[in-house]
Amino acid sequence: MSKKDDDIWLYTISSKRKLIDFNFKEIWRYRDLLILFVKRDVVTVYKQTVLGPLWYLIQPLFTALTFTLIFNKVANIETGTVPPFLFNLAGVTIWNYFSTCLSSTSDTFKSNAAIFGKVYFPRIIVPLSIILSNLMKFGIQLLIFIAFCIYYYLNGAEINIKSSILFFPFIVLLMGLLGLGLGMIISSLVTKYRDLKFLVSFGIQLLMYVSAVMYPLALMREKLPAIAWVVEYNPLAYVIETARYMLLGTGDFSWFGILYTVIVTLVILMLGIVIFNRTEKTFIDTV
Amino acid sequence: MVILKAENISKQYRLGLVGTGTISHDLNRWWAGIRGKEDPYLKVGAVNDRSTKADSDYVWALQDINFEVQQGEVLGIIGKNGAGKSTLLKILSRVTIPTTGEIKTKGRIASLLEVGTGFHPELTGKENIYLNGAILGMTKAEIKAKETEIIEFSGCERYVDTPVKRYSSGMRVRLAFAVAAFLEPDILVIDEVLAVGDAEFQKKAIGKMQDISKGDGRTVLFVSHNMAAVKSLCTRAIVLEHGTTVFEGETDEAVDFYLKERKISDKIDYSRLSSSNIEIKSINVFAKSKSVGQPIYMDDDVIVKVDFFKKSNDNIGLNIRIKDDSENFLFTHGSLNDIDNSKDIGELSYLIEIPKHILNQGEFLLDFGCVIGKSFHFIEENILSFVIYPENKELGSYMGKSKGVFKLKLNWEKC
Repeated sequence: MSKKDDDIWLYTISSKRKLIDFNFKEIWRYRDLLILFVKRDVVTVYKQTVLGPLWYLIQPLFTALTFTLIFNKVANIETGTVPPFLFNLAGVTIWNYFSTCLSSTSDTFKSNAAIFGKVYFPRIIVPLSIILSNLMKFGIQLLIFIAFCIYYYLNGAEINIKSSILFFPFIVLLMGLLGLGLGMIISSLVTKYRDLKFLVSFGIQLLMYVSAVMYPLALMREKLPAIAWVVEYNPLAYVIETARYMLLGTGDFSWFGILYTVIVTLVILMLGIVIFNRTEKTFIDTV
Repeated sequence: MVILKAENISKQYRLGLVGTGTISHDLNRWWAGIRGKEDPYLKVGAVNDRSTKADSDYVWALQDINFEVQQGEVLGIIGKNGAGKSTLLKILSRVTIPTTGEIKTKGRIASLLEVGTGFHPELTGKENIYLNGAILGMTKAEIKAKETEIIEFSGCERYVDTPVKRYSSGMRVRLAFAVAAFLEPDILVIDEVLAVGDAEFQKKAIGKMQDISKGDGRTVLFVSHNMAAVKSLCTRAIVLEHGTTVFEGETDEAVDFYLKERKISDKIDYSRLSSSNIEIKSINVFAKSKSVGQPIYMDDDVIVKVDFFKKSNDNIGLNIRIKDDSENFLFTHGSLNDIDNSKDIGELSYLIEIPKHILNQGEFLLDFGCVIGKSFHFIEENILSFVIYPENKELGSYMGKSKGVFKLKLNWEKC
């Protein structure tokens, strides 16, 4: 076969792996599949339930309520001028987006092993669809948050919405990408080492406590200066703190924190893509 | 034009459990990679033969497979269970990558490995058509254009708006096959899908498959145990055995080669025919009143004799299954109804007689198994083959083989 003939091969299935093998053209070709996966995930979650999509709302509301009772009423955490319930609802809503993205993407290979073992499509479609369908869920939860904001505002609570709220979508994107990156790394490792599965479920819980979900970042610095660095090195804490600053006008805004978070997110995302790419080719042999 | 080319495809699998040894092997591999050396575990690895105990942790499911497929060709891939067919298909459909070597292709490959992959039980039939189609690589517009055809072919019109979880398993398979049948990839990979559905649907499916391969001039890779289907669909075939290509050529020759290969008739591996309950000593097929090894003719009664050692006082039945040379089952007979041996222990011999003038001339295969209670204790397929030769005919009568696997002594009468 001549050299020229070799060039017209559409693609090669080979044992050689490139470091980054990211075929945007192919992912674009499968965009309909992405949309259908999102639709499937959104539509089927609460099929054959009585309350249906109301479950999207019940979960954050009750979590926020519990947090308010325990952390604010019992443990007396100060939330400034903002009503504690609203403070917690903001934190929980944003945190939930991250944690559901992480926990469901980290299961990508294992829960889709049957389908991945039969047909080829760009595997990254699955985690992407998880991020998107959770975004819809997050949107609904955000609406209920806004409704509560209006309610409290009409009842005289002090809520300062900053002009930086225009950058809120950027914060959400950051959260989603961080969840995606981490989830892809974990999902790839879980195919071989199942130990990680256990780590994820309780790791997410622990992570929540060091992510400034139910307390302001400043409070940590004040009360526990010795271990505040754990929270300060956690990019998630900045995301949540910043989001609360935008939505409610409480807490700090730090450019350093944002920049730090962006860099960490990009690094994790790149790492995730590289590891995911390596794994998707052979995971079916080890899963 | 060569549309697909496989070069030195090999695939290595790790045997046994993925456990604590895994990390150390992974680290070794990684270390070798960093120093720019070859993967140390590629040098080891045994040929894939299920029956022998492996002396290595690694096994080669495929070894140095090379072939080319021309555009519009229907290539059959045949081989025994465990010969590496499915592994090859997995690599072709990009589910996994080869350990070494590469496959180059000029067209999109879609596989019809197991129908119904990705059906979501909560979605309706119609929604699942779209989802399944998209998983198999169709765009929404393509599916929409064929939606009515797909629904019509599946014969599930009435249920398209019902969740798939309410479907019978047959309906699910029909719907799934219908979606896959309307795929239009450049290269279609088909694995044993003909074994689904009822007879009517199977006929429809084979017809559709023939349309795809013959009518539309599509390139098809077809994997099947059904030699009749391979013969009628394929233009060329390769035979795999223990992960290597042992034959490549015309379909008819390949099928003959495969059938001959399969019958290692002279030597039965008795180690597979023993357990803690029973040990089979010998199985012989011979003509009545002749000795073993002499040819059997159509006018001989055929004896199947089994010598065995019975170790337990279970009631153990011996079972034979007679098949024609394409592995179609002709009949089965077990000894449980004829003999109760729960009191016998020790050396025993049973025989069964197939009366003359039942089997036509030709080659036949024998499966042998033992039954305890209601289930097979073990069953070994194709342990033995035997040939029935035409009886001596008067000069001048028809010398060829009449059609069919049976040749009964029947009589036309005036009435």
